[in-house]
Amino acid sequence: MTATEPATQATTSMNTVASVTVNAKDPKRRLRSRPVRGSRPGWFVYTALAIVLGSAIFPYYWSFLIGSGDAGTIRDPNMSWLPGGNFIENALTVVNDPAVNFWRALWNSIYSSALIALSVVFFSTLAGWAFAKLKFKGGKWLLVFVVATMAVPMQLGVVPLYILFADLGWTGNVGAIIIPALVTAFGVFWMTQYIQQSVPDELLEAARVDGANSFRTFLTVGLPAARPAAAMLGLFTFVTAWNNFFWPFIVLDRSDPTLPVALSLLQSNHFVDYSIVLAGVLLSTIPLLILFVFAGKQLVSGIMAGAVKG
Amino acid sequence: MTSTKTAPPSAPSPEQARPDRTERTPRRIAFGHKLSKWDLKLSPYLYISPFFILFAITGLFPIAYTAVISFMDWDLVRNSGTFIGFDQYVYVLTQPKFWIALRNTFSIFLLSSVPQLILAVFIATMLDQNIRAKTFWRMGVLLPYVMAPVAVALIFSNMFGDKYGLINTTLADLGLPPVMWHSNAFASHIAISTMVNFRWTGYNTLILLAAMQAIPRDYYEAAAIDGANRFRQFTAITLPSLRPTLIFVIITSTIGGLQIFDEPRMYDQFGTGGANSQWLTISLYLYDIGWGQWNFGRAAALAWILFIIILAIGVINMLVTNRLVRDEGSRDGRSRRDRRAAAIAARTELEHRVGGTVRDDFGSAPTGAATSDTNDKTTEVAR
Repeated sequence: MTATEPATQATTSMNTVASVTVNAKDPKRRLRSRPVRGSRPGWFVYTALAIVLGSAIFPYYWSFLIGSGDAGTIRDPNMSWLPGGNFIENALTVVNDPAVNFWRALWNSIYSSALIALSVVFFSTLAGWAFAKLKFKGGKWLLVFVVATMAVPMQLGVVPLYILFADLGWTGNVGAIIIPALVTAFGVFWMTQYIQQSVPDELLEAARVDGANSFRTFLTVGLPAARPAAAMLGLFTFVTAWNNFFWPFIVLDRSDPTLPVALSLLQSNHFVDYSIVLAGVLLSTIPLLILFVFAGKQLVSGIMAGAVKG
Repeated sequence: MTSTKTAPPSAPSPEQARPDRTERTPRRIAFGHKLSKWDLKLSPYLYISPFFILFAITGLFPIAYTAVISFMDWDLVRNSGTFIGFDQYVYVLTQPKFWIALRNTFSIFLLSSVPQLILAVFIATMLDQNIRAKTFWRMGVLLPYVMAPVAVALIFSNMFGDKYGLINTTLADLGLPPVMWHSNAFASHIAISTMVNFRWTGYNTLILLAAMQAIPRDYYEAAAIDGANRFRQFTAITLPSLRPTLIFVIITSTIGGLQIFDEPRMYDQFGTGGANSQWLTISLYLYDIGWGQWNFGRAAALAWILFIIILAIGVINMLVTNRLVRDEGSRDGRSRRDRRAAAIAARTELEHRVGGTVRDDFGSAPTGAATSDTNDKTTEVAR
């Protein structure tokens, strides 16, 4: 008898507080909604996403469609939506065009982007390690300064940079596009953020106790720990460097271009024959497409992680 | 500092106890200590120096030097300039082409960033739901990002062709008149914005998606309990929570949008921004002055004008976004402080009520851990 009394009291008190009745359902709700967010969405979400995906793929397909036809394809009112058989022929025209320098451009793009990515990753990790884990006077302010420089547009520096490289006799040299890209403020900021969050101070102390000097600590503790972020930064930098156009277009010779600069020449050479232009476009996009197929997951998670979260 | 100074006087006492040991070891520790102290003090500066040295050469120096050149009449042959004051700025600002370029840049920037962000928020909301094959959709959305802007421009300028372009052919099939995508200024802006949107919508979507996923699910559960529908949840929870990210995305797209060069440059085969400068942008104009007319002084002045515009728009953007998103999130015209004060008052009142009644009831007769646990959760949900 005395045991039931408190129970009834409890139920009455539950009824007085309105939210408790909701709460009675809560355990089940939680179980259902915690690991996944809500129920599966309906068909309209998938349809909408499929449309988005379709519009993302369409330009790729379009360039293949036109690029595999001939000069008349684009003017054909009854154009087929199936690709023609001339893609290889058109691609060979692009590759063998002496004015475009395709192979030269491909090679320049590959090694300049790779060098830039490596350098940005190394120097950014080094600086990020210092900003995140080592204490030194003025560190905070220097980091603020680094972040502030991200707002400066490229255009602000191109005139003097051009004069500088012209003085050095480097215009037309791929070095002129590598040197200014060797470090980025974004890279330093990115690595600082990552190392701050993911490398525990205990690791540093352990290394110090073991008698490692500062640089050795960086090599044995910092670099391996920063690897995921470094991979993403490398991918990003590579894509950005590969697609960069404004500065290479200004400073490089037409005989020694990167791929985007070579593409720009394609149009002025063959301004009527779009089948050749678009075959060249697709050809120059293939290397990055391959990279995307293998590393797209990393790139996606990199962008997701790099966002400013509320 | 004081602790290290007071340490040595206390050291002699163990030294007296064990003289032979202390003779060697402390000295070695002291030397190594000194080295590692130098190491610790200097190495951070060494590590950040590559960035600062390279940035000084390729970033800082050019910016300052651009300012110097912008006050000069630059002679390419002598490779030096003569000081002429603000004349280059006056020249640039009195050119009708500059104002056309400014108008075009703004038009293209607005046409690209506004629909792009709305679309990105929309797509991110869909991706934020519990869909199957998440990674697949995310990768699909990012696919355009890997294509070079030059390549995008070439493909789209083909699709937007005046005579045989895909879009005009489709319009003709639908019985509509063709749009002159190249000769009409506004139409050309739409075409160029489409290229920008194609490449960047997915990127912004993923950034917004990341921010959405950081919003605690409890907020939505609480809102659902309060009877808020999907749309209401979106305006009252999602948008306000996205504010910092939206500001970030808007500012980056402003900086990028105002510098737009690749797409307008490749929109036709001449790259001059159209016969009547219909789609001439500031960057394109800068290129033309600098490397078409070879007038570096004017190009430098234009570069600084562009920089000032970017800064100004960035600040305006931030203020507007702050306002806009906050207002959508609030219920009425109250300020944030008022709302916070009201929320705190409501919470303490509720706590008082819940805590008070509950404690009285259970205080008289404890019924076990389970019920009191539920009550703890109640307050949590109510909050």
